[in-house]
Amino acid sequence: MFKKTLNTEDTLKNSGLTDEEQQLFSNARPQAYEPYPIKAVEDFANWARANSLWILAFGTGCGAIELRPLMTARFDANRFGVAGRPTPRQSSVFVIGGYASVKTLKRIIRSYEQMQGPKFVIALGICPVNGGMYFDSYNTVNQFDQYLPVDLYITGCMPRPEVLVAGIMELQKKIKAGECNGANLYVENFDWYKSNQKKVIKNWDMPDYNW
Amino acid sequence: MKDMLQRLQRDFNISDITERQLRLTTFHVKKQSAETLLRELRDREGYTHLNFMTCIDYIEDDIFTLVYMLHNYDKKNTLGIHVNISRDDEAMISIHTLWAQAWTYQRELREMYGIRFPGSPRVDEDFCLEGWDQIPPMRREFDTKKFSEERFGHRAGRQSEQPRKHMKVELYPNRGGDEK
Repeated sequence: MFKKTLNTEDTLKNSGLTDEEQQLFSNARPQAYEPYPIKAVEDFANWARANSLWILAFGTGCGAIELRPLMTARFDANRFGVAGRPTPRQSSVFVIGGYASVKTLKRIIRSYEQMQGPKFVIALGICPVNGGMYFDSYNTVNQFDQYLPVDLYITGCMPRPEVLVAGIMELQKKIKAGECNGANLYVENFDWYKSNQKKVIKNWDMPDYNW
Repeated sequence: MKDMLQRLQRDFNISDITERQLRLTTFHVKKQSAETLLRELRDREGYTHLNFMTCIDYIEDDIFTLVYMLHNYDKKNTLGIHVNISRDDEAMISIHTLWAQAWTYQRELREMYGIRFPGSPRVDEDFCLEGWDQIPPMRREFDTKKFSEERFGHRAGRQSEQPRKHMKVELYPNRGGDEK
């Protein structure tokens, strides 16, 4: 039987999977993005990235309601090159819409890891910062950046779509300046992030990295 | 309505009949006769709709109170049937045979309060809490704040104010927050 595992020394254990499933999933580690050696080329690439931010249409909390008007004529996020995408494979921005319950966090991680780089995370609302009004909930994480790297916070409860537009413009500035390295942070501190994730998600039945 | 309640009192020994609102009446019934009573209400009295079922934790009295809310579309009124079950033996007869949708409620109650419903479909599967390893979180002996601090941690710098005290200090700073 064809084995899809890599025979390098530094592979992931995928201990949440059964023996049969181990054959079906890759156990390779994620790799960090290396910028182009020529600065002008990298700057051009960043300019292009900043002007085609495609948001993953995955409403992860109550804040997802603020993403809908963003596409309407009143706020018209299309003028910034923002579009909604139905699949993580095609999107580059993940907007965490408010609180993340443990059950959702599992899906967030899965979707985030499936996104192609370069990818950026915007945390919307106060809940990803310190839990917000759910600070004593049995099922809501309090510090979102313990589990996934966040490139930009937009705080408030709830932030209006105007603030989201301002946040997108801020993200564009940061991308153009080459400061959004959340995805690389995730790769470099992969074990730390993964151990934090497994501390709260008790039924880990997926690969350690969802390629 | 009155006739029906009198008949139920005679046949099923219901107690604590309270008219809460114009079209909402609640009463208590014993655990053993609850299922028969619900069947009677559904088939004979026209209470064909199960609005919801839920649970209240009276930890002081050492009981759970299950609440079945039934609606009659012809008479346009609602009945709340309360059933007390002991906290030590937290099991109840499943009513998924009467209303098929009840299994979802029962699965939720199993997860949130740990009440057993023998025979209910998929009752032991995870519902909202995946991989939960503590006592059921809606039980009142579960300390949700302590659990949250232990498992999720708190970011330093968060502070909370009592609004009343805080506003007093804001409004009367010279008097040390004192009104008079």
